[in-house]
Formats: sequence, structure tokens, C-alpha cells
Amino acid sequence: MKVLGISGSLRRDSHNRSLLHAAAELLPDGVELELWDGLKAVPPYDEDDDVEPAPAAVTDLRDAIAGADAILIATPEYNHSVPGQLKNAIDWASRPLATNPLRNKPVAVVGASMGAFGAVWAQAELRKVLAATGARVVEGEVAVGHAHEKFDADGRLADDALRETLGEVVDALVTVTRARDLLAA
Amino acid sequence: MSTLTQTQEALPTGTWREDPVHSHVGFEIGYASGIFRGSFTPFEAKLDVAEDGSGTLVGEARADSVHALDENLTAHLLAPDFFDAERTPLLRFESTEIRRTGENVAISGELTLKGVSVPVELEGTIGDAFPHPSGTERMPLHLETTVDRRAFGIDWQMELPDGQPALANDVKLSADLFLVKE
Repeated sequence: MKVLGISGSLRRDSHNRSLLHAAAELLPDGVELELWDGLKAVPPYDEDDDVEPAPAAVTDLRDAIAGADAILIATPEYNHSVPGQLKNAIDWASRPLATNPLRNKPVAVVGASMGAFGAVWAQAELRKVLAATGARVVEGEVAVGHAHEKFDADGRLADDALRETLGEVVDALVTVTRARDLLAA
Repeated sequence: MSTLTQTQEALPTGTWREDPVHSHVGFEIGYASGIFRGSFTPFEAKLDVAEDGSGTLVGEARADSVHALDENLTAHLLAPDFFDAERTPLLRFESTEIRRTGENVAISGELTLKGVSVPVELEGTIGDAFPHPSGTERMPLHLETTVDRRAFGIDWQMELPDGQPALANDVKLSADLFLVKE
């Protein structure tokens, strides 16, 4: 099983990328996490550009989603909401809406922020957006608040309680994805 | 001499199935700015009536037979938010009791949507069977009911900026059946 990890933060030392690495360590045997690093290259959505062939970065995103069994998104929070570039990428991926690669795809959302609340509003809004695309949004959230204090010098998630919650969300994602495979078999 | 007119209470015997061209099964639901309608195409309906006039009605449709007049809305109806067609591909009604009084008919039964079965009461009208030029016998049956979609776990909602819900919870379901005797 392949899980595609997408960090909504572009920053080199992003806490959300660290959160995805922490999630990767908690995955059961036989499940691998592949980080998608093409977010910065996705152009602004323009319906005039939404033609075949799509812009290369968009094709890369759509193919990465289609080729993954599940998606794990770690998002920061900008002004109480989803970072624009992440939302823009989902908007691209969701077109055409009726047949887009996110449809029925199991997706879990987690988040980290430097503030106290751990991107809870961004996560909630991201779940709403993903549900609108037709994705199978998995219940559960991981809110890493004061993120700069929660990862050690090696970028490892140093908080046991958060690691446990993250493990639960990852398990839920894997369970939902396996159930979908059984249905298809 | 009695002038009493007998009220028809029995259903005409035999097995009756939908004429797909002249039958329609659909829903109506209120949303922020009007009424949203959709239909299920194709669907199957079968009315079995025993010699004593008692009957059983079964209706089935695949969730992915749902059709709205916009492909993106149809896609949303198929998604986990609504019917979740991938996990629960079948929609079904099966009657437990059919009561007829003249042209009025009331049917108790169980409706299964999104994998959840809920008892429902259908009400409507039934017409007399008549010979069709094609040589078959036909009979109209109209049924409707209103259900709270949340009872089936179809609870998608989004608040409008003024705090009002975007979508009603009550859904009117209707079946206009033109049944053909086998």
C-alpha cells in the first residue's frame, strides 16, 4: 500500500513535513509513505489552462494521487484557514469534478502550527474541501500546537501523546484503505 | 335489493414489473434557493400478488443509477457525503404490508439507503388493470413518502453565511409506476 504524503507548507524546515516523517515511522509493515514535493510548482488555477495537456506540475499531482492508495495531508494554518497554495493544488486535482482522482480516495488530515491550536481550523476546512471533491475523508485530527517545541533537533516528534494520536489517525487511514481494497477484490 | 357498492380491496393477482419507459422513481429536496430533484434510472420494481389478493412490492436501484441534471451534482450524490455508492451500491425497498381501499393504497415496508434500513409508510393511488395494445395487461401505481435523510446516515450539511442550513433534511420520494403483468 502506498500513502502519498502532502505537506501544505513549502518551507524547507517545515514542521508539517516533519509531521509526515513522524507518520511514516508509525505505518504498519507493507505500507509506505511517499512524500510529494511538487506543491510549489503548481501554477495558479486558471480554467483557461485547465486543458489537455495540463501543466506539467498539475499532471504530476494528478498522477501522484491516482497512483497512491491513500493520501495523508499535513497542513499549517494561515489566517485560520487552509494555505492558499494547498487549496489551489486541491482545486487543480479536483477537476473535472465528476471524474477527479480524489474521488473515493481515502484521505486523512493532520496539522501543525506554531500557535496554540495546532491548525485545527485549517484541518476542519481542509476536510470540508476534500469531501467536496468526493474523497473518502477519514475521521480524526492531529493538532500539533507550538510545533517549534514539539519536534527535536532531528525533526522527530518528541511528544508521546501526539505520537499516539498520530498513530491512531494513520491506523484509521490504513484500515479504511484496506476495506476499500477488499471491496474492489 | 342492496345498492351497496363494493370497494375493491384486493390487488389483481400475478407478477407485475415496471415498464421502464413509462415509470419514474425520483426525489425532491429543498435547498437554499429552491427544490432540487433527481431520479433513479434504471430501477426495478416487482409486485407479486397471491390468489388471495395480498401482495409484496420490492423496488431496487443501484446507487449509481442516481441522476441529477448536472454531472457534478450527480457525482456529489455518489460520494461518501451522500449515497457512498462505492461502499453501499444498492438501494432497496421491500413491503411488509399492502392495504388497498378502492383507488387508495398504503404500503408499509423497509427502505434501505446507504446500508441503513428504516421502516417507512408509502401512500398513493392504484388504477385498474387494463389491456394494452401490445397484448399485455397494465396497471398504474403511484406512491410517495417523505423521509428524514439523517435516519439513513445521509447527513451532509453546510451552514449558509446567515446560519441557515443549505439543504433540507426531509426528502420526498416518489414512484410513478406503470406495471406490466408477466
